[in-house]
Amino acid sequence: MNYKLILSTILKVVKVEAVLMILPLIASAIYRETTVFYTFLITMVSAYLLSFILERLVKPSSQGFYSKDGFITVAFSWIAVSIIGSLPFYISGEIPSFIDALFETVSGFTTTGASILKDVESLSHGLLLWRSFTHFIGGMGVLVFIMAITSKTTDRPIHILRAEMPGPIVSKLVPRSKDTAKILYLIYISLTIICIIFLLFGGMDLFEAILHALGTAGTGGFGMKNNSIAGYSPYIQWVLAIFMLLFGVNFNLYYLLLIKKVGAVLKSTELKTYFIIVLVSIITITINVYSLYGNFMGALTASVFQTSSIITTTGYSTADFNSWPTLSKTILFALMFIGGCSGSTAGGIKVSRVVILFKKIRLTLKKLIHPNAVSVVKFEGEKIEDGTSLEIGNYVSLYFICFAIITLLLSFNNFDFETTVSSVAACFNNVGPAFGLAGPISSYADFNGFSKLVLSFAMLMGRLEIYPLLLALSPSTWIKK
Amino acid sequence: MKVIVSGCGKIGAAIVESLLKEKHDITVIDVDKEVVERVTNRYDVLGYLGNGASYDVLLGAGADKCDLFISVTASDEFNMLSCFVAKKAGAKNTVARIRNSEYNNDSLEFIKNELGLNVIINPELLTAQTIFNVLELPSATSIEVFSSSETEMIELSLKEGSKALGIPLYELRKKHDFNFLVCLVSRDGEVYIPNGHFTLQAGDRIGVFVSKSNTRKLLKAFGLEHKPIKSVMIIGASKTAYYLSKLLTDAKTSVKLIEIDKDKCEEFSSVNDKISVINGDGMSQDLLLEEGILEVDAFVTLTGKDEQNVLMSVYSQGKNVQKTLTKINREEILDISKSIGLETVINPKNLVADVLVRYARALENSKESKIETLYSLLSGNAEAGEFKVLSDFKHTNIPLKNLKINENILIAGIIRNREIIIPCGEDVILEGDKVIVITAGLSLMDLGDIIK
Repeated sequence: MNYKLILSTILKVVKVEAVLMILPLIASAIYRETTVFYTFLITMVSAYLLSFILERLVKPSSQGFYSKDGFITVAFSWIAVSIIGSLPFYISGEIPSFIDALFETVSGFTTTGASILKDVESLSHGLLLWRSFTHFIGGMGVLVFIMAITSKTTDRPIHILRAEMPGPIVSKLVPRSKDTAKILYLIYISLTIICIIFLLFGGMDLFEAILHALGTAGTGGFGMKNNSIAGYSPYIQWVLAIFMLLFGVNFNLYYLLLIKKVGAVLKSTELKTYFIIVLVSIITITINVYSLYGNFMGALTASVFQTSSIITTTGYSTADFNSWPTLSKTILFALMFIGGCSGSTAGGIKVSRVVILFKKIRLTLKKLIHPNAVSVVKFEGEKIEDGTSLEIGNYVSLYFICFAIITLLLSFNNFDFETTVSSVAACFNNVGPAFGLAGPISSYADFNGFSKLVLSFAMLMGRLEIYPLLLALSPSTWIKK
Repeated sequence: MKVIVSGCGKIGAAIVESLLKEKHDITVIDVDKEVVERVTNRYDVLGYLGNGASYDVLLGAGADKCDLFISVTASDEFNMLSCFVAKKAGAKNTVARIRNSEYNNDSLEFIKNELGLNVIINPELLTAQTIFNVLELPSATSIEVFSSSETEMIELSLKEGSKALGIPLYELRKKHDFNFLVCLVSRDGEVYIPNGHFTLQAGDRIGVFVSKSNTRKLLKAFGLEHKPIKSVMIIGASKTAYYLSKLLTDAKTSVKLIEIDKDKCEEFSSVNDKISVINGDGMSQDLLLEEGILEVDAFVTLTGKDEQNVLMSVYSQGKNVQKTLTKINREEILDISKSIGLETVINPKNLVADVLVRYARALENSKESKIETLYSLLSGNAEAGEFKVLSDFKHTNIPLKNLKINENILIAGIIRNREIIIPCGEDVILEGDKVIVITAGLSLMDLGDIIK
């Protein structure tokens, strides 16, 4: 493995993170929050200088970079970014425990939106913005961002793109990885700006609009109110619901729209399936919760908002869905696992994997009835090779094995079964709020330190799609034989 | 520039690698999923799975907007069709690999025009020509002729006992009454641009810039003079062997060809009756001795198996044949062959890649017409480029010794009024001159870039 190149890439990531802290720095200057201002300044300067000096010392001797290096770089970059990112919370004293600060930051970068804060409204503006900004950075990927702005990271950037971008098949839009990363970020930023404008029309002030747009873009879910979005007007709720759904769509499709290939977008199986799932869920939940609201519009708004919030793994809430009927809760629980489309900022297993898996299962059943039948699984008009579908099968199995193990680890905390299972699901799928004690109107504050670390790990694993962290943990990566 | 490479075999991959270094945006098309995966894993390019002659696939890969479309699949006919469709779809320039000798005759020009092909590459013919050039001047490992002038860049391997060893270059030059310039030295895998105090050692590979009429004098001065090649033994009746033997027999050189396959032997002797064709195994040392390896001037291995070529050449070098040439396709073997000391190794895919890089640069610079020609030297570790001095070059009329020239750059020649000046510190660059610049380890796109 090319340790030097991996280390220098991670240092580059930390350097960029330090620069990105300018945004919350400015916010704290505007709101005259002196402590937070100096906290950011100290963190920025020291992180930048340290990585700058270390970078001089570590000069990669070769550019050799393979798939394994890509995974390891991504895993450790994310861990580094989370640790540095948690410093402002900790140093400023607004989150006194370091584990809590780390949990909050991991939750931010992985676009989970799970919080340990009982009273979000007491947090300063600088830190609030940083919290939501981490969603934005983490949504599209830290290393993808580095790739878009720096001239050259490695010889074979595709390995980083693959390791950081969600979904079973990562394809480039244009020949160069760097240009692909640029296009993705341009689409991402433009959509975010449009979202901000729509929110401003709904009467939010600029800070609120930016904050919520950042949380929506990364499908994160950090807000600034204790009751999340419940206090805002139905207009705001609808705007956010629609934008959450938009950010759950594969960004490649936006590129196809930009280059006027509308036909290809309309043909996308993943997109169609995504909207069918959303639609069916909305209808079922609306009928199911109608009695709670008593009027159709109220039930519909709540159901649309919650469905889009959960399937895109954002985690904003307008209602305490913890008190909803079991059918609705079960649907939401299932949506957590399905997640958004591949190539979006959403978490979960991803619609494309679910579609291919179901097609494969149908084929297996068909083979049982007609043992000699020959047919292939097709997805987006292309034949899915046995290797790919096997990989997806393995991934989903691994997903649930990890889920089971993390749940087991969390049960040491001895909360009730619903809380334990749902909070693992919510963290692993990068949703945020769960059911029971970790529901939308409560927080993760009551978990013990060990559980918080386990959940932080679960969030990272979910965001990076398991393999990078698993590889980083496995001894065979490190031991030379 | 947007480039599409259809067909990603050995040659295709070499082209992708070279063009990628030149910062082009490359899309590759291949029908084989594994090939596409391997190439996209290895290089920063966009892969497209499909039939490169299908209109839909070509449009999907963006052939309608590409600047350069290169088709290098194994089939000539497929390449022709592919380029034709791509051109009609809107590709600005097309390059096809056409290697069958039945197409490579007088009718080639007709095909080229009718199909709208810009360049036809025939790796076998190119290889044969390169080998032929080396055989013309056997003591050089390679020769590049600068088109606009009567000058050459020759690459030499210095052996123990050469008269050029042990004295600094400035004294070496003073000793002789004609002009030459040692531009590049490759020693222990590193490439240097030497200054006047540099001393050559045995084992160095050097690039010397010299006017064509003085080439023989130079070789004599370096103690490298050889008698001309009059007889050549070729192993393997490949397409390259066909083109090479034709070139050689036209130049009145006697050719003996050894081939293991009887049918091929017959086919070969029917197309060219001036060569003697022997049916037998070139790996057999008895056969080689019997057929007179000790008497021939040059020994060329052109079989399809790299390993066999290397072994036979090692044997030939051991028998002190004046010149041994080895064709090697695979990169891995190429590295090994250098370490075991094969003197002249020809790598067809790199030759093709060089041609395409040159063509792509010419396309890119056609507006400004800054680079006239470009050569890759010392196995791609250095380059020689011929630049036209335009009015935007701000350092005219300043003696070279006063110019702050970047490291690893050397001005090897100034061509003024068709006369070549091999410059010293007092010479100046004038507008309208052509300047030949040697660079090691970097690519030069503009003459202005040579100044610090």
